[in-house]
Amino acid sequence: MNVAHQAFGSSPEIPLSMKGPAPTSVVVGFGFWLFLLSDIIIFAALFAAYAVLSGETAGGPNGNELFDKGHVLLETACLLASSFTCGLGSLAVQRRDMQWTFVWMAATFILGAAFLTSEASEFSAMLTAGAGPSRSAFLSAFFTLVGTHGLHVTIGLFWLLVMMVQVMTLGFRPMVRRRLFCFSLFWHALDIVWIGVFTIVYLGAS
Amino acid sequence: MRAIGSVSRIIERSMTLAAASVLLASCGEGVLDPQGPVGKAERVILYNATAIMLAVVVPVILLTAVFAYWFRADNTRAKYLPDWEYSGSIEMIVWSIPALVILFLGGIAWVGSHELDPPKTIESAIAPVDVEVISLDWKWLFIYPAEGIASLNRLVVPAGVPLRFRLTSASVMNSFFVPQLGSQIYTMPGMTTRLNLQADRAGSYSGLSAQFSGEGFSDMRFELLAVPADQFETWAKTVKTRGSALNAAAFATLVRPSKADRPETYAYVAPDLFEAVSSGRVVEDSSSHLEK
Amino acid sequence: MLGKLTWAAIPFDQPIVMIASGTVGLAIVGLLGLITVKGWWPYLWREWITSVDHKRIGVMYVLLALVMLVRGFADAIMMRSQLALAAGGAQGFLPPEHYNQIFSAHGTIMIFFVAMPFVVGLMNFALPLQLGVRDVAFPVLNSVSFWLTAAGVLLVNMSLVVGEFARTGWLAYPPLSEIAYSPGVGVDYYLWSLQISGLGTLLSGINLTTTILKLRAPGMGYTRMPIFCWTALASNLLIVAAFPILTATFAMLLLDRYLDFHFFTNDAGGNPMMYINLIWAWGHPEVYILILPAFGVFSEVVATFSGKPLFGYRSMVLATMVICVLSFMVWLHHFFTMGAGANVNAFFGIMTMIIAVPTGVKVFNWLFTLYGGRIRFTVPVYWALGFMVTFVIGGMTGVLMAIPPADFVLHNSLFLVAHFHNVAIGGVVFGVLAGYTYWFPKAFGFTLDERLGKAIFWCWFIGFYLAFMPLYVLGLMGATRRMQHYPEMGWQPLMLVALVGAVLIFFGIALTVVQLVVSIRTRDQRRDLTGDPWNGRTLEWSIPSPPPPWNFGLLPQVEGTDVYWAMKQVSSGTRSNAAGDAYQPIHMPRNNPTGFFVAFFAVVLGFALIWHIWWMAIAGLLGEVTVGLVQAWRTNGEIEISAEEIAMAEKALVAREVAA
Repeated sequence: MNVAHQAFGSSPEIPLSMKGPAPTSVVVGFGFWLFLLSDIIIFAALFAAYAVLSGETAGGPNGNELFDKGHVLLETACLLASSFTCGLGSLAVQRRDMQWTFVWMAATFILGAAFLTSEASEFSAMLTAGAGPSRSAFLSAFFTLVGTHGLHVTIGLFWLLVMMVQVMTLGFRPMVRRRLFCFSLFWHALDIVWIGVFTIVYLGAS
Repeated sequence: MRAIGSVSRIIERSMTLAAASVLLASCGEGVLDPQGPVGKAERVILYNATAIMLAVVVPVILLTAVFAYWFRADNTRAKYLPDWEYSGSIEMIVWSIPALVILFLGGIAWVGSHELDPPKTIESAIAPVDVEVISLDWKWLFIYPAEGIASLNRLVVPAGVPLRFRLTSASVMNSFFVPQLGSQIYTMPGMTTRLNLQADRAGSYSGLSAQFSGEGFSDMRFELLAVPADQFETWAKTVKTRGSALNAAAFATLVRPSKADRPETYAYVAPDLFEAVSSGRVVEDSSSHLEK
Repeated sequence: MLGKLTWAAIPFDQPIVMIASGTVGLAIVGLLGLITVKGWWPYLWREWITSVDHKRIGVMYVLLALVMLVRGFADAIMMRSQLALAAGGAQGFLPPEHYNQIFSAHGTIMIFFVAMPFVVGLMNFALPLQLGVRDVAFPVLNSVSFWLTAAGVLLVNMSLVVGEFARTGWLAYPPLSEIAYSPGVGVDYYLWSLQISGLGTLLSGINLTTTILKLRAPGMGYTRMPIFCWTALASNLLIVAAFPILTATFAMLLLDRYLDFHFFTNDAGGNPMMYINLIWAWGHPEVYILILPAFGVFSEVVATFSGKPLFGYRSMVLATMVICVLSFMVWLHHFFTMGAGANVNAFFGIMTMIIAVPTGVKVFNWLFTLYGGRIRFTVPVYWALGFMVTFVIGGMTGVLMAIPPADFVLHNSLFLVAHFHNVAIGGVVFGVLAGYTYWFPKAFGFTLDERLGKAIFWCWFIGFYLAFMPLYVLGLMGATRRMQHYPEMGWQPLMLVALVGAVLIFFGIALTVVQLVVSIRTRDQRRDLTGDPWNGRTLEWSIPSPPPPWNFGLLPQVEGTDVYWAMKQVSSGTRSNAAGDAYQPIHMPRNNPTGFFVAFFAVVLGFALIWHIWWMAIAGLLGEVTVGLVQAWRTNGEIEISAEEIAMAEKALVAREVAA
């Protein structure tokens, strides 16, 4: 039996499916993609619930009355910008540039935190106005869908902090770079979900 | 080999037993002894579909036994084809046979679903009788809007007359089912479902809930009593003079969990009671469901 | 301080529960004591609990499944006994509040804690070996998945002793499962244990999908993979796509119960019908998750023991992937009677029947694999033949109920119960027991006792027919499911026959334990010294039994399907490094306690949430975060095995074979 040559890229006539086990970075990236797909299916179920329940206001307030365009615009801007800074951070990682990695990741963190702050104030305003999740099925669905996204952002920010400490203590070794790649995939995916939220929940309410 | 011989003997025996039991079962009660047009149509579907599928299933089972027996390792007369793993014609057949069966059954499914759609009224020269059904914990309330009466756990209906049901639940999901008359339908809080049945002949038919609903579920039995049409009129008039009143207070009592309630009748039904329950306006007293 | 937890949670007044828990408790204490006294803890910790080797993890999954089979079956025997007694006015020995927990636990345990772990365990064990690689994509995650499943098992079983279980049926439909109608902790035990083990399953799905798609031996293109790998791929893709729906739906029900949300409540606009749609959008793919690997096992078994390649490989692959996709388009057939209307019902009925087409194709392909073969009647072949005749009956009754008007009179009846046990036992159970027997020698180096294996088969086969054919008849007679008693005396004889069948199956399960003990005792008589006890066709039989930790000293170069069979035609059959290629050092993952500790804190978290002990929940959560951070900083996760060490080990194994 011949020793397996993991010669990806060197023998064009061998199809990729026959080149033997893929390198770790490919395996990790693919696995994380699958996880993201599964996460998006969770969101899909929550979107479906929202679609079914969006009219069930039980005599209480509906989206049109509750949602404030200013908040939503700010949140969208923060999140999209944070994806941009995250992208710049990924480039800095590729260059192994520790300083600029920190700068861009810090910017990402601040923008993400700004998103959460705005969302938290939105939620608390609704709660104090008596439009909390127990008020109606519509509000249950709203708080769960948007709240789950917010929870993901929160976990993402925590992960980002951990990654920054990992870069500080372990440097740019392959394991750390793979995790940073996964983080950026996660962060961009949250952006995509937010676009769904923004469209279906906020724009859909008017 | 002996093992395979005994396997096919066992299969034979079980199928004979099954067939005999099915025949026995059909001689008395249940789904295979329908007493109404809906149930009868459904039985036809059951028989036809089963027969069509058996035409494939029985040969498959036999072939399995035959091939296993003939191609056993110590049978030197059997041809050994160690490299035979594909045959275009066989592939075509093995895809076609299931496809054809499914095509046929799909047609039955399409036509049957439309003809036996529960809300579809039964064709008849006689005007239907309307019944409103409310499932409670753990009993059945039947309201006759035209007659202005109601009955608990006993559904008296005229034989040979189409029955038009509207159903809802005052608590959790249940399923209204009289096996000898045919289709069941879920009852759900805040929703109204529809069902049409008919009892061709007078008789007493067993009714139950077919969707698990809690502690008293097994006791949610009711009797569907089909009587000749004139007897039904008499009965309705009698109840009107003698039963109690199903007002809001009485209904609130009914809503409280109880099981194996004796049949009871009501001479007066609070107006729009069914509408109130089915739109979720009457909220059940949830504190009565605490179990400890 | 302890939330809702009080001494009243322990059912001192229920003798059956107290005796059962007491016995199990004593057995556990006894086992732990024995391990301590014999000093086996270091070995167990090092070789099993912290193992990230897919072979070890696969074995642990299967062991877990077998233990839970006993628990789930105890519920079954109780149900059958109750129904055999409770005819006419008799109430039997299990009042509704117990009976309702028992059937809920029976279904939950059998699906989530017997069938799933068994199937995942077999896939775990066999996939890397069949793919010609050294481990799954994410070994540490694999361990986490297993231990999360074990955490779910622990929580479910704790509900027997502390508190109660759900009384809602295995899918916990609202409004019955909402706090208003189920105020106790039962539904919470159900929800949290399934959320925890569901996460484990999802991670496993990601792991195995990645393994199949990204880690195969050189030359093994997709059409050269063993058919079991294809069915495993379809099953794991379904896990990745379907389990998130379960997670989301249970999360919504939890929010309703804990925080007064209104997804499925009767008031404030909640919609219980939506739960039913969502849960079955998961539920139908779930049954295909279970059956597809079983189909894969049968494909391997029938081909191997016929001495022929699987008939119609490409057709099987196509059929498998078609089933995978279609399984997402049929979910409404679980509630035709909810009143969706003729067009919707008919659509889903027809889609359901269409799934029967590729399934039928598979049956025919197995038939034609037998044709022209030299069939050896080993125990796995018994299971395969038993499956082929039994499963088609279950498939037939399934297609029957896929016709909406037929379903209108059969929905939720004992006919339905007979149908799904028909396909679950005839398909899944027979399949995993076949796989268990088939791969046992690879895992442990000796085969299981054949005679006992055949006895086990007959107990299950005859027992199944006796237990469930009467239920088809009873369903036609109008009997519904989940009854605790019934007035019709005429039903009792059939219930008694069903009880006899269940007792026969009990003997089958008991004999499985006996078989294991006897096989271990007499293992020297049935040693597998060549690694290939069955004259197999696929790569797992080309390495020793049990395989070295790295599986393959050199990754095989694959040139077609049935790789090992082809290798054997060319060479004399003994493995040897004929080409004299140099071994390279191999990096293998080190043992890792992360999985165990993740599960430990999951149990703490789950128990705390069930009983509303908030400080404990926070502690559990912090524990999880800590475990995660420790793992994040683990930099010595791999061990290097030198080329010399591999060469020496391989030489020793070859020498052992030659001597045999």
